Amino acid sequence: MSEWRLYEVFVRSKHGLNHKHVGSVHASDAEMAMENARDLYTRRNEGVSIWVVPSDTITASASDEKEVLFDPSEDKIYRHASFYELPDEVGHM
Amino acid sequence: MYAQLVETGAKRLKTLEEMSPEEREFQEKVDAETKIEPKNWMPEGYRKTLVRQISQHAHSEVVGMLPEGNWVTRAPTLKRKLQLMAKIQDEAGHGLYLYSAMETLGADRDEEIEKLHQGKAKYSSIFNYPTLNWADMGAVGWLVDGAAIVNQVVLQRTSYGPYSRAMVRICKEESFHQRQGYQILLDMMREGTEEQKAMVQDAINRLWWPALMMFGPHDDESPNSQQSMAWKIKRKSNDELRQMFIDQTIPQLEFLGCTAPDPDLKWNEETGHYDFGEINWQEFYDVLKGNGPCNRERINTRKKAIDEGAWVREAAVAYAKKQKQRAQAA
Repeated sequence: MSEWRLYEVFVRSKHGLNHKHVGSVHASDAEMAMENARDLYTRRNEGVSIWVVPSDTITASASDEKEVLFDPSEDKIYRHASFYELPDEVGHM
Repeated sequence: MYAQLVETGAKRLKTLEEMSPEEREFQEKVDAETKIEPKNWMPEGYRKTLVRQISQHAHSEVVGMLPEGNWVTRAPTLKRKLQLMAKIQDEAGHGLYLYSAMETLGADRDEEIEKLHQGKAKYSSIFNYPTLNWADMGAVGWLVDGAAIVNQVVLQRTSYGPYSRAMVRICKEESFHQRQGYQILLDMMREGTEEQKAMVQDAINRLWWPALMMFGPHDDESPNSQQSMAWKIKRKSNDELRQMFIDQTIPQLEFLGCTAPDPDLKWNEETGHYDFGEINWQEFYDVLKGNGPCNRERINTRKKAIDEGAWVREAAVAYAKKQKQRAQAA
């Protein structure tokens, strides 16, 4: 099995949300990866659509670069709606 | 469940002062309940302990299919047969979720399975007992999966992210297993003949103690247990979990109208828990060492399945290669 490629599996649930990562499967090709993913991750109606992606084609951010990568967004509180205070009379916005 | 006597390599716990800066940062993260993810730095002992525990857990799921497989062709009705096959398919799935989690630690699935087949890797002692009558399918679902749930619900909070996520998924599916098991027993007790009712009590008599052994030995001064708790791989001690299981199971046992094969079992008003008798630990260690009633048969069945399926795997690889070559030529 180790000589089989590793694929990451993404499933979209019925509710129209984005595909979500659920786990991985080993398979000899993409078609088998799809069948294995179906059997393994959607035995109880968990999804309406599956993506399988070879794991070695994914570029991931490194955990030790976390600060450099995400720092720029940390001090921009004006990007959140809650930053803007409105008088109660205005009501819900 | 499913993981008993996991070696951590620790003789005693290190204090924060004794740790290297990396180790200290790691321990503080664990203490703050931040999940450890595959790319994070981790002590080698933590990684090895997890590989041992998760592989043992995965092997247990896989070997756990065998006692039930015994009854697929003997199930009393088509409905029961379908339910049993669905449960067995789940166990295969659980094994795969866990092997995937284990592989994020750099371990190789084939190597770990090879260790199982060579008798070097453990799996839960419970699966080395035979399933002798149909009521065993009920008792296995109710008691064995029940004990597993107690353990796995707590493991959802384990410190390693991929293991914790696999547990969340497994727990969602596991309650079907327990309920279908209990319902088998309920049906037999309510509508069965005297002989069928006796089968239920017989199954409980044989599986009761082995189910309690699933939680592993007592919490003594074991450095393994302490280290696993400090790393938050384990979240509750063996004895705590065993008591939880007994407390929640006895009312269900009474509802069935059955008894446990333990003369010392009784409600303790003072502690608010059930007292129970001592487990036969010699039997536990014998089974774990490979001398239970079915150890050899289980491993031989696993090996046979792998060996006889080899040509299918080889054919799949050959087919994939050919398709790839064709696509490149076109």
